[in-house]
Amino acid sequence: MPDFEFFLQQLSNGLTRGSIYALIALGYTMVYGVMKLINFAHGELFALGAYLGYTLLVVFGLGGSLGPPLAIGLSIIMVVGLVSLAGYLLERVAYRPLRSSDRLAAVVSALGASIFLQNAIMLQWGAQYRAFGADLLPNVVFHIGGFNLPLVRVLVFVAAVAVMAALHVFVHRTRLGLAIRAAAIDQGAAKLMGVDVQKVIILVFIIGPALGGLAGLLVGVYYGQINFNMGQLYGLKAFTAAIVGGIGNITGAMVGGLLLGLLEALGEGYISVIWKDAITFLVLILILVFRPTGLLKERVAEKL
Amino acid sequence: MSFASASRRKSFGSALTVAAVFVFACLPFLLGHLAGSSAPYWLDVLNTVGLYAILALSLNIILGHAGLFHMGHAAFFAVGAYVSAILNLTFDWPIMATIPAAALAAGLLAGLVAWPVVHLSGDYLLIVTIGIVEIVRIALTNDIFGLTGGPNGLVGISRPEIMGFRLTRPQHFFYLIWGLVAVSVLLFDWLERSRFGRALKYIREDVVAAESMGVNTNKYKILAFVIGAAWAGLAGTVYASRMRTISPESFNFTESVFLFIIVILGGRGNQKGVLLGSFLVMGLPEIFRGFENKRLLVFGAALVIMMIFRPGGLLPARSPGYKLPEPYRSRYKRLPDLSSGGVFNGAGSRANGPNASASEGFASGQAAAPSSGSGESSDSSKVISVDVGQDLVK
Repeated sequence: MPDFEFFLQQLSNGLTRGSIYALIALGYTMVYGVMKLINFAHGELFALGAYLGYTLLVVFGLGGSLGPPLAIGLSIIMVVGLVSLAGYLLERVAYRPLRSSDRLAAVVSALGASIFLQNAIMLQWGAQYRAFGADLLPNVVFHIGGFNLPLVRVLVFVAAVAVMAALHVFVHRTRLGLAIRAAAIDQGAAKLMGVDVQKVIILVFIIGPALGGLAGLLVGVYYGQINFNMGQLYGLKAFTAAIVGGIGNITGAMVGGLLLGLLEALGEGYISVIWKDAITFLVLILILVFRPTGLLKERVAEKL
Repeated sequence: MSFASASRRKSFGSALTVAAVFVFACLPFLLGHLAGSSAPYWLDVLNTVGLYAILALSLNIILGHAGLFHMGHAAFFAVGAYVSAILNLTFDWPIMATIPAAALAAGLLAGLVAWPVVHLSGDYLLIVTIGIVEIVRIALTNDIFGLTGGPNGLVGISRPEIMGFRLTRPQHFFYLIWGLVAVSVLLFDWLERSRFGRALKYIREDVVAAESMGVNTNKYKILAFVIGAAWAGLAGTVYASRMRTISPESFNFTESVFLFIIVILGGRGNQKGVLLGSFLVMGLPEIFRGFENKRLLVFGAALVIMMIFRPGGLLPARSPGYKLPEPYRSRYKRLPDLSSGGVFNGAGSRANGPNASASEGFASGQAAAPSSGSGESSDSSKVISVDVGQDLVK
């Protein structure tokens, strides 16, 4: 059954890709939920994560000296830490002064931050593609019938899903998570209930970039090469995923990301490789036409 | 009930404008003397600025006046350029004759895509328009209908000919492009003052209030898209004939972002601001060519700083409240007290929204150009809101 195996191939590919989109989408959706701001620089933070991982694993050669599991674990911790620091600084410098002003001013400030970061990355690491070492992870491929499943694909998917599960628990089971959800629903009311919204915003700007940075590292490990403007396309797609799931909705971002990854992989397998991005955006538009607030977000009456 | 008094320009101001236009029109000659051999280069820069000014002015209708978050203007620009190029190359139309077709095609596409999505609010519309510009770019890259030439685009588009005169050199295009900028300014200025323009402003300030006053908001929003897009299509024709070769990469998401930035940075809804924005975004980086690739780094940082210090743009639009003619002003002044009355609570609280933003925009406007009597305008806008509320209650 070669057809079925091809389907499984695309399915597993789509799930892994989708889990990466979902990780990035979470950063968009959490920031949007609390601040009603599209963080256009989020894609660049993701790229920053990829490049920091590249520096640690390839330039510093952690992969060779420590052995794969320890090296990747250590670089994940460092990348996550550094990128969330960058996220915090971004909020402090580019967004906090604009908190009370017009939405469009904040959008342009976000675009400015995005242009700044993208060019900073280019100046620091160069405009050419950078390759992660192929020997980073053992090149194991599982053969199940005629269906090939590379180990790295499984690991990336498992890592992304584990992080998302942890986030889900954090958001739904802890007081801080409750504060995030409250601030996302109604900042003013949350303030009245004693939620420190400022703290929530900082928290969101630490968690979001942390997930984005992790996604960057995973993309580097999974695809083996990175580019300074990768943040733009991934960011756009992840944001699409967040919208599809209903922006501001954390579960929605995960579902939207996975859905988008599947859609892309199946579209590329069964319809056309060159049209896959167009298909993605077309589906986005159709979803918004029929469900203007995304798939998971409840319809709410327009506030007057 | 038009309270919009045709703004009486002071004669000094208009004289200054005439002088500035005159000096600008002489620029090709002045540059020839001042810059010597690099004059054509600077003229080219000015032409690019002008082209983006036309595009940004057309985007301003959608983004500035109607307040619709539209980040996909490059799509309509692309359609105009490609329609012109295809008609010119495949069907041998003279390039200037393709302008109506280009504008029509871009406008049609805009109407078609705006119609189902125009009811979306703010950021959802933003992401849809980004999706549209990506779809158009991918379609062009994939040689849709076998006409667009794929990733390499189309080559060998003919030069424009106006009454037998072929435009070839930068200074020829300078007059074509900046002439079109002038036409755009006049056209959009007229549109802004028309019933259509007032409807758009109303939609921007409060879409619910506009609708309840009987403004067909969807119709006007779609119209804004169609008009803005058609004008961008025209700019596409000019672009195609100036560059002679076009490719999908000239119309990507980044171009849309830059147009968006021009309008917001300059001052949305204000044509002077948009023109200034075009110079700053497209012209100024050319002056700093010496910094090579650090230019964009600085540009990004500058954007953040600009927005922090001037969130309404460099030249914010005038307060949306219309200034009442003098005899009415004193008469209506007593009315605001009513807004605290119980009857108006509902309408009053809604009127607060636009008023708050109006006075905010106004405050920064005052900082830029303190003008006599402008203190009244925010007052009177309040009066009108109350007036509207009164009508509603009746």
